[in-house]
Amino acid sequence: MDSTAFVNSLREALPDVQFEHVPSVDLHPTVCIAPDAVPAAMPVLRQHADLRFAFLADLTAVDFWPREPRFEVVYMLVSIEHRQRLRVRVRLHGDDPHVATVSGVWPAANWLEREVWDLFGIAFDAHPDPRRLLMPEDWEGYPLRKDYPVQIHMRPHIAEPMQVTAEEFRSSVARDRLVRKQ
Amino acid sequence: MTVNMGPQHPSTHGVLRLVLELDGETIRSASPTIGYLHTGIEKTVEQKKWQQVIPLVERMDYLSAQSNSMAFCLSVETLLGVELPERVRFIRVLLAELQRINSHLVWLGTHGMEVGAVSVMLYCFRERELLLNLNEMLAGFRMFPSYMRIGGLREDLPRGFHGAVRAFLDRFAPKLDEYEDLLTRNEIYVERTRGVGTISAEDAVAYGLMGPIARAAGVGYDVRKVFPYLGYDTFDFSVPTRTDGDAYSRYLVRIAEMRESARICRQALERISPTGAYAVADPRITPPPKDRVYTEMEALIQHFLIYSQGFTVPSGEAYVPVEGPRGEQGFTVFSDGTNRPWRVKARAPSLLACQALEKLIVGGLIADVIAVIGSIDVVMGDVDR
Repeated sequence: MDSTAFVNSLREALPDVQFEHVPSVDLHPTVCIAPDAVPAAMPVLRQHADLRFAFLADLTAVDFWPREPRFEVVYMLVSIEHRQRLRVRVRLHGDDPHVATVSGVWPAANWLEREVWDLFGIAFDAHPDPRRLLMPEDWEGYPLRKDYPVQIHMRPHIAEPMQVTAEEFRSSVARDRLVRKQ
Repeated sequence: MTVNMGPQHPSTHGVLRLVLELDGETIRSASPTIGYLHTGIEKTVEQKKWQQVIPLVERMDYLSAQSNSMAFCLSVETLLGVELPERVRFIRVLLAELQRINSHLVWLGTHGMEVGAVSVMLYCFRERELLLNLNEMLAGFRMFPSYMRIGGLREDLPRGFHGAVRAFLDRFAPKLDEYEDLLTRNEIYVERTRGVGTISAEDAVAYGLMGPIARAAGVGYDVRKVFPYLGYDTFDFSVPTRTDGDAYSRYLVRIAEMRESARICRQALERISPTGAYAVADPRITPPPKDRVYTEMEALIQHFLIYSQGFTVPSGEAYVPVEGPRGEQGFTVFSDGTNRPWRVKARAPSLLACQALEKLIVGGLIADVIAVIGSIDVVMGDVDR
């Protein structure tokens, strides 16, 4: 099935959702939907008998700064039953980017969404575990954003070193030796 | 009781930290913590030229280097719209399958060692050494050959490569039986892995564990068969599956996969002529051969342009899935039409396997955690990237 016919069949399965058919060079059918449509569309894509996109291959985001809408969240779906792939894109504005979570539909999305939150700062509403995944908990900023500097020199957060001068260190070693001699 | 396993535990394959809540020997909850090996490769590649990305992506999943770079090259070649010569496609098939055997050997050796069969590690690393020798012969490097190039390969196959691969394959078949003699009916090994870390087919799909883990649970999904690339549909091989979904089935599936990979290697060797085209004949992407660089002005300019400015890739997005040793692998590549990638995202099968770890070990015994981590074959370089 070519991608135009497939996207038309999607429109039949999901009459309430607006699809924008985007051309793609790798021949995976690509559609763009509004962020509000995600909670309604994704469960149908997974469960509808003609679609059965049971496998979420990847979930990622890309930052097109300074263009607006700045972010795009990309869902790569695979239907093993129908040997079909589908790429769903959601465009998000740069101020307060957020979209509904799909971790209830595909459990695989849990960490993938955490990674996107961690590196892009895109919030996933009602996510069960909205923490950073790869970066430290207290990290500032979202590293994969295009306006995040490539090389920043930040002091790493480490515990305070022992406040011992060289003199004190030597005397304590000497004291220790004396103790052992006894 | 709370037990903190890792991040320096030798059996967590790098730096995986597990916080386990125990009730006696039984695990009540588990929370994996990752990120200790996060190197920001995805940010780094945005500053690199297209061909400079290849050594970086090889270091993501460091046990399947050639598979990573091949997946990346295929995505970029899709954006460029170049058609690879048949010989290049088959050489890539050969290298990808050798890489799969290589990765599975490391997996088998370390997994065997962790559950108490230490000698298996010595056996497996003996054959893996031969594969690393092949890499050395091919490219001068053993772990990360960087032999793949966008548009083909770095150079032609070295003299005597066919013979060397054949010699390896002839030696490998009886050695594979030897591994099976050590483990398949080894009562201790079977007891430690059968019924351990079981996952159903539905859960495997829902958690995105496509690859040997899903095939051990009965999902016959293999990218080489379902979405063929590089002409895999012309090769004769089967996709081994089991139905139990436990650690022992994963072992059996990977052993059978190594046999199938060796079969594919033999078929590919038949089809690859000893010399011939090793890259697309596209002067934008492929540097001219060295003898022309030294004798012709145009070739020198072209060489200089490719190595200093790189080449531009038409803007767009591409993702070409390939079957890596750990399941579906691929690179989502965004280009803005310049000589540097806009964004590169690796699909990391190990990340998803690590996520499902909680599902696999909760309710089991603490001693089984090691067997389960081994059996899902996570590479922390791939998890954290």
